[in-house]
Amino acid sequence: MTSPTTPGIAAGRLSAAELANNFDDLHPPLDRHEAVVAADRCYFCHDAPCMTACPTSIDIPLFIRQIMTGTPEAAARTILSQNILGGMCARVCPTETLCEEVCVRETAEGKPVEIGRLQRFATDTLMNSGVHPFARAGVTGKTVAVVGAGPAGLSCAHRLAMHGHDVTIFEARGKAGGLNEFGIASYKSTDDFAAREIGWLLQIGGITIETGRALGNGLDLDTLQAEFDAVFLAVGLGGVNALRAAGEDKAGVTDAVDFISDLRQSSDLTTLPVGRNVVVIGGGMTAVDAAVQSKLLGAENVTIAYRRGPDRMGASKFEQDLAASKGVKILFNAMPVAVHGNGAATEIELEYTEDTGSGLKGTGETFRLNADQVFKAIGQTLTTDAGLTIDAGKIAVTGAGRTSKAGVWAGGDCASGGDDLTVTAVAEGRDAAEDIHATLMGKG
Amino acid sequence: MADLKSNFLGISSPNPFWLASAPPTDKEYNVRRAFDAGWGGVVWKTLGAEGPPVVNVNGPRYGAIWGADRRLLGLNNIELITDRPLQVNLDEMTRVKKDYPDRALIASIMVPCDEQSWKDILPRVEDTGADGIELNFGCPHGMAERGMGSAVGQVPQYIQMVTEWCKMYYSKPVIVKLTPNITDIRFPARAAKAGGADAVSLINTINSITSVDLDNMAPEPTIGGKGTHGGYCGPAVKPIAMNMVAEIARDGETRGLPISGIGGVTTWRDAAEFMALGAGNVQVCTAAMTYGFKIVQEMISGLSQWMDERGYTSIDQFVGSAVPNVTDWQYLDLNYVTKAKIDQDACIKCGRCYAACEDTSHQAISMSADRVFEVMDDECVACNLCVNVCPVEGCITMEQMAPGAIDPRTGKTVEADYANWTTHPNNPSAKAAE
Repeated sequence: MTSPTTPGIAAGRLSAAELANNFDDLHPPLDRHEAVVAADRCYFCHDAPCMTACPTSIDIPLFIRQIMTGTPEAAARTILSQNILGGMCARVCPTETLCEEVCVRETAEGKPVEIGRLQRFATDTLMNSGVHPFARAGVTGKTVAVVGAGPAGLSCAHRLAMHGHDVTIFEARGKAGGLNEFGIASYKSTDDFAAREIGWLLQIGGITIETGRALGNGLDLDTLQAEFDAVFLAVGLGGVNALRAAGEDKAGVTDAVDFISDLRQSSDLTTLPVGRNVVVIGGGMTAVDAAVQSKLLGAENVTIAYRRGPDRMGASKFEQDLAASKGVKILFNAMPVAVHGNGAATEIELEYTEDTGSGLKGTGETFRLNADQVFKAIGQTLTTDAGLTIDAGKIAVTGAGRTSKAGVWAGGDCASGGDDLTVTAVAEGRDAAEDIHATLMGKG
Repeated sequence: MADLKSNFLGISSPNPFWLASAPPTDKEYNVRRAFDAGWGGVVWKTLGAEGPPVVNVNGPRYGAIWGADRRLLGLNNIELITDRPLQVNLDEMTRVKKDYPDRALIASIMVPCDEQSWKDILPRVEDTGADGIELNFGCPHGMAERGMGSAVGQVPQYIQMVTEWCKMYYSKPVIVKLTPNITDIRFPARAAKAGGADAVSLINTINSITSVDLDNMAPEPTIGGKGTHGGYCGPAVKPIAMNMVAEIARDGETRGLPISGIGGVTTWRDAAEFMALGAGNVQVCTAAMTYGFKIVQEMISGLSQWMDERGYTSIDQFVGSAVPNVTDWQYLDLNYVTKAKIDQDACIKCGRCYAACEDTSHQAISMSADRVFEVMDDECVACNLCVNVCPVEGCITMEQMAPGAIDPRTGKTVEADYANWTTHPNNPSAKAAE
């Protein structure tokens, strides 16, 4: 039996019961009473700030009023008509920096209406009843290839299917879902929600998913263009940036996204190994997700090292507080210099940084932390340009996701513009679908 | 701390908060607990004539409407008068009054509209030592079908007749409880006064259907698939009750007739408002039924604090103080000009004022791209809707324009002198201005 203090990287640091408790819903669902009480707080603002802040422009005051009047199914329709992955977004959206940040009750009382949890209540109610509230238009005979079954691809596919087009989604992994399935902390998407949501989404009909099909690995854009009337690329960012620190190749130094993915796919968390001393390098949501889950798996010490100050951190204040509440230490203004250890990592050497105004540089002062596991979470990169114009490392798009090549659209994390958020990806997929539809039907 | 002592019709009580005749005052157990909680008086649940007691329905008796967070705003009931034997009630009243001599104890009575019925019951009530009686001419449901309750209260002649019998066969104060289910409350009040009533109390409940069960297509509360109208009370009826109290307080024929104010009193402020409109004391029911007897503690502390702040040392000093300011529309000053003003620091930018004004009023509020809402004085008619829909109290206020200023809406100078409709040139029946 191992424990949090077992040296090295080991599985089973906590009991199955402790793990089950640790990885339970971060925000438990509201029951009907709680939802009505929470909904009562909405002021039904004119031209509501929350709606403007939502990348998918969900009519939030309307759906909350629909919950308040006892029709959560109607509320779900309001949500889903703008955002087909409204169920997942209700769980993973950083609402504290979107709708809830601008809620007038945040202004008034420092306590916003719980928009995210209300959205989950509405969408769960509808989805749990097994109802898919949308129907396909008459079949158009047009076909569209969607590359990538993540949020952008799924959103685009659903909207295209609604308009009557036949969609084939090509997914590199063995399972659809993209970051929803592989890249989000477990406690944000419990009970296999990502997969259940896709099953529900596909009820629209007209969508086929082919897994194990990746661009550049058996698939190429020219062939897709020849075989389909339009192509939507939503391949995400498959690569991970290197630390550029000595000893990066030592055992125990891995990508945070792989750890998160392994954790999400694990059927028995007691078998998933984690270090005693874990150091996560990075400052975004992925860094927090990896750090918090390391701690929840039973690591004794977990530290996030971020090279800049808290104001620059990609993870929201809520995420930072969440990490702190779980016992994760966040080090600011520290960058990795070297990983030490004989074959496997045992220590990481970090250097303090300062912002000189013209860039970040080391102060020369270094220190070491025990580290038998180091996670890299310093950003992800596009793995294929598919022959398209690239802008700042992403596929350049204009308008509703139009790439440099006619007939090819792109959206989600792989495309330029917008935040790398699930909700942004959904919006981009939806909008590209509308543009593809207009183009295919001769209205574009 | 201000003295809250009340002396209504010579009946003393430590404070002006009485529990109205209703389920909370149905029996000794409740009334003792109410007195222990601090209530100044109790009007016992209405007594009926000797004989087999009335029976109540065995399904639900109450219906309700709610505000945000399911706060109960209005309650209706189809409960009848006491369904316990007369002598049991009389014995209990006797014991309670003996044990609580400093509290007011009033007997509410509803017996058939014949002299003998009243002649029979009044001496027995007198024997209890109760401080007075209240004639239930108000309940609009059930008993009214049998010619009692509001069926009496809707006929001024009957009110006067029964009141006269009571004054004949009973020596202590007689309070006549009025029904609001009439067209003009002044007529029953005048009849009560003509019959010799020492006071009127109002309002009793308002005929109502609170909701409809849409699955079974029946009004609620639903009894075996059917429903009936019930008596409505609670915070929702307070504005109706206060108007009726004020009408009686300012009516030439009933002015000075003591009034016990009833209808949605929930806080000390509600009580103070009723009393400012002429009520010598107040009776409470729904608030106690919603929150329990303890609410009287807030009423006592709140009224006391307010009186201290205002320098009142006894409740008589403010009872009726607002009555002279209740007038008819035609006498309102048309030269009083106000404009809405939005406190930008208090504004939370919800935009409800804008939606209300733009969609349903006078298009007098502007909205900028960054959600700054401002009143356009040249369009504002001072309707007050923005004030009423704003969720932040005090954020929007109505500011009076100084005489001599130009009202940008009308282009006219604001006059200092009072002028009303009776002398307005647009009034075809205007009298020449003096």
